[in-house]
Amino acid sequence: MREVAIIGVGLTKFGELWDKSFRNLITEAGSKAILDAGISGSEIDALYVGSMSAGRFVGQEHVGALVADSSGLSSMHIPATRVESACASGGMALRQAYIAVASGMHDIVVVGGVEKMTDVVGGEATNILAMAADQEWEAFFGVTFPALYAMIARRHMHEYGTTREQLAQVAVKNHENGLLNPEAQFHRKITIEDVINAPMVADPLTLLDCSPISDGAAALILCPLDRAKDYTDKIVKIIGAGQASDSLALHGREDICTFRATVNAARMAYEQAGIKPTDIDVAEVHDCFTIAEILAIEDLGFVKKGEGGKAVEEGRTARDGDIPINPSGGLKAKGHPVGATGVAQVAEIVLQLRGEAGERQIKDARIGLAHNIGGSGASCTVHIMEVA
Amino acid sequence: MPMDKVGIVSYGAFIPRHRIKVEEIASTWGKRAEEIKRGLAVYEKSVPSLDEDVATISVEAARAALARCDIDPRDIGAIYVGSESHPYAVKPTGTIVGEAIGATPNLMAADYEFACKAGTAAIQNCIALIKADMIKYGLAIGADTAQSAPGDALEYTAAAGGAAFIIGKDKVIATINDTCSFTTDTPDFWRREARKYPRHGGRFTGNPAYFRHIMGAARMLMEKVGTEPGDYDYAVFHQPNGKFPVVVARRLGFKDEQIKEGLLTPYIGNTYSGSSPLGLAAVLDVAKPGDRIFLASYGSGAGSDAFDITVTDEMESFPREKAPSVRQLIERKSYVSYAVYAKYRDLLYWE
Amino acid sequence: MGNAVPRFWREIPQRYSLVGTKCKVCNRVFFPQREVCPYCRRKSIGKMEEIKLKGEGKVLTYTIIYTPPSNFEGQAPYAVAIVELDEGPRVTSQIVDCDLDRIKIGMRVKATFRRIQEDGDTGAIYYGYKFRPVEDFEGNENKGKTG
Repeated sequence: MREVAIIGVGLTKFGELWDKSFRNLITEAGSKAILDAGISGSEIDALYVGSMSAGRFVGQEHVGALVADSSGLSSMHIPATRVESACASGGMALRQAYIAVASGMHDIVVVGGVEKMTDVVGGEATNILAMAADQEWEAFFGVTFPALYAMIARRHMHEYGTTREQLAQVAVKNHENGLLNPEAQFHRKITIEDVINAPMVADPLTLLDCSPISDGAAALILCPLDRAKDYTDKIVKIIGAGQASDSLALHGREDICTFRATVNAARMAYEQAGIKPTDIDVAEVHDCFTIAEILAIEDLGFVKKGEGGKAVEEGRTARDGDIPINPSGGLKAKGHPVGATGVAQVAEIVLQLRGEAGERQIKDARIGLAHNIGGSGASCTVHIMEVA
Repeated sequence: MPMDKVGIVSYGAFIPRHRIKVEEIASTWGKRAEEIKRGLAVYEKSVPSLDEDVATISVEAARAALARCDIDPRDIGAIYVGSESHPYAVKPTGTIVGEAIGATPNLMAADYEFACKAGTAAIQNCIALIKADMIKYGLAIGADTAQSAPGDALEYTAAAGGAAFIIGKDKVIATINDTCSFTTDTPDFWRREARKYPRHGGRFTGNPAYFRHIMGAARMLMEKVGTEPGDYDYAVFHQPNGKFPVVVARRLGFKDEQIKEGLLTPYIGNTYSGSSPLGLAAVLDVAKPGDRIFLASYGSGAGSDAFDITVTDEMESFPREKAPSVRQLIERKSYVSYAVYAKYRDLLYWE
Repeated sequence: MGNAVPRFWREIPQRYSLVGTKCKVCNRVFFPQREVCPYCRRKSIGKMEEIKLKGEGKVLTYTIIYTPPSNFEGQAPYAVAIVELDEGPRVTSQIVDCDLDRIKIGMRVKATFRRIQEDGDTGAIYYGYKFRPVEDFEGNENKGKTG
């Protein structure tokens, strides 16, 4: 297995982008990545794209071919593969691309993630997202996505004493970070009171505990490490790529408050990278709901199980804390176009490791981690990147 | 012709939890609650939730009946559910119940409709099948989630609930000694196909309808069996409100104490096809071996089924406590406003 | 659920009567039914038998949904919970016949037969299990206003 570098990064703005179609978004992200890498399209050997539900959001399947076509690559007839794992589609697409390059099968590979969620009415978007849950044994009974995470939150509060304010602080911190991210969906400071008093979605989670419905796309260019210097001198390499699965339904887990998929994907990545959680300088984790970030920092090994709430409260996960989490604003403030998220998280880490993160730069970031979750924790990818 | 120990092997009841008070309905329509309560002798009625219907009520009642005996549901050879608010116009409630209790596929089934007496008609049919040795046990259910037009007088009484009876020959807790029906074509109350609410003939629903048929059936049965009102410990009549059953009892020569135990309408409203079945269940909740029970249902359109029932010694060891009693079901309640009632009864339209 | 009648019909024993499966090798009980035991795996092939669960258990966690999916509008707010059945398996469903502020982690509940959803005004009705508090008929403390 050879080492793999990321030589290009591209992101669209995230938000309600009425003027941009599914095709516009992925082409924009892909083009930006190609320009960033300084490669020409003819050098691309393969394409992987993550998209959760283009079929229900825009009525379009066969997304691999579509993206290759929109990107102007169809004349080169490259392999184009769409990967789906609910909200982990992006991370999983990246891991497939990584394996393709690491194995020697392909050299230059573009990875994209895209979702166009606002062409359908809001209620319909909620229904589509619920397809990440167990249709027969969860959604059938009227369970929504926020409800699943609300149940996790309630149990976490019951078992570990996590407080409502600690949950809210996750959103407050991420909004503060989002203020410094020009591509973020929200540039708005919020307080703990704002979060607690926002409209109730599924008790105890309010609207401000939940990541938004967003349009957006992100793209990365991968290449074998030994060729990366031909394209860039700020080389970032992937040193760990973990993936794991767990029961589809939340009720099938061993412990409702632990995502074993995260624990296992992280272990796989840490072992491959030969590092420990304490070696991570910065992380982008999957805060689809505030409780998800608390679970993530526990399951990734940054803090002990049950202490996530306290860590957030103490400011340890703020930009100036000892474990900066989601400097981009996270899914909460940056936006969560589901298929794009996994790729966008890695894009942020690459920018951080290159020192190109502007005002939200984490000092001396050398090793970064991206954590992407599907559904209520049924799938997970963890990627670890390092300055080469 | 005596019926040879055919009778009730077990029974179960179900009443939804929500209630709405007469005051709440009256104040919505600008009527005077005290007058209505006095006129109808009803205080509140049961209201089904959005997730309840005749199928769910029937299943709960049937499961309660099964909980009190140890018969194998596969030995139930017939299921008849009588209602005027079956969830489907075409697709039987009986098969849903059959699957839910594990009685399929060796099973005869059909749904019954005869306004408020569809449940007792189902009992009669089960008796016949048992007597003909065609089935080992039969399950007869009367249940309704009755509909009433907003603002109509029926709104104060149209309620929801039901009771299930397992009919058979073994370990019978109450023998059904005889039954007969008084039936004519009398259009006192009806609901046309695909319409939401019934219509009725006002005062025409009284003497020519309710009273004529119940008294006709009662007299016919007592003559057949050779009894008088005084021979019975309990009497249960169809109870569209709290007044009619008291009046018909007196006219027939029954005393108020005899009908008291089985008179539920003041507390839960008129459960239509569940009305006299629930009244019978309430009596069975307290009856002792040797007690004799008279039952006369009434269904608009019109007809009355009368039954002469004797509680057996089996009742001594019958585990009533294995399912909620009618009293417990009545006392389990939670009130809703007219607005919530309107939402539950689909009086508001939304897509 | 769209026109999913066969998909629903196939699951009626599970949906109506909580019929699960038991692995004859390790005796663990599963619901919904499994054809292979995730613990015994290959050894359990052909050794899974049906078992009807009693439908009693306790609330592991719950939430109250204020923003329902489109075909559950009108029911909100309603409670959903993960219930741990006495035989071991956990299920997710609604809690009914209970004042929303009385639901507690650890509460004993019992399965009840209810309408779960329907396919609009003209489509099929899908029934299944929801859970009601067990103390409902013992003590009758569970009274009050519901919305």
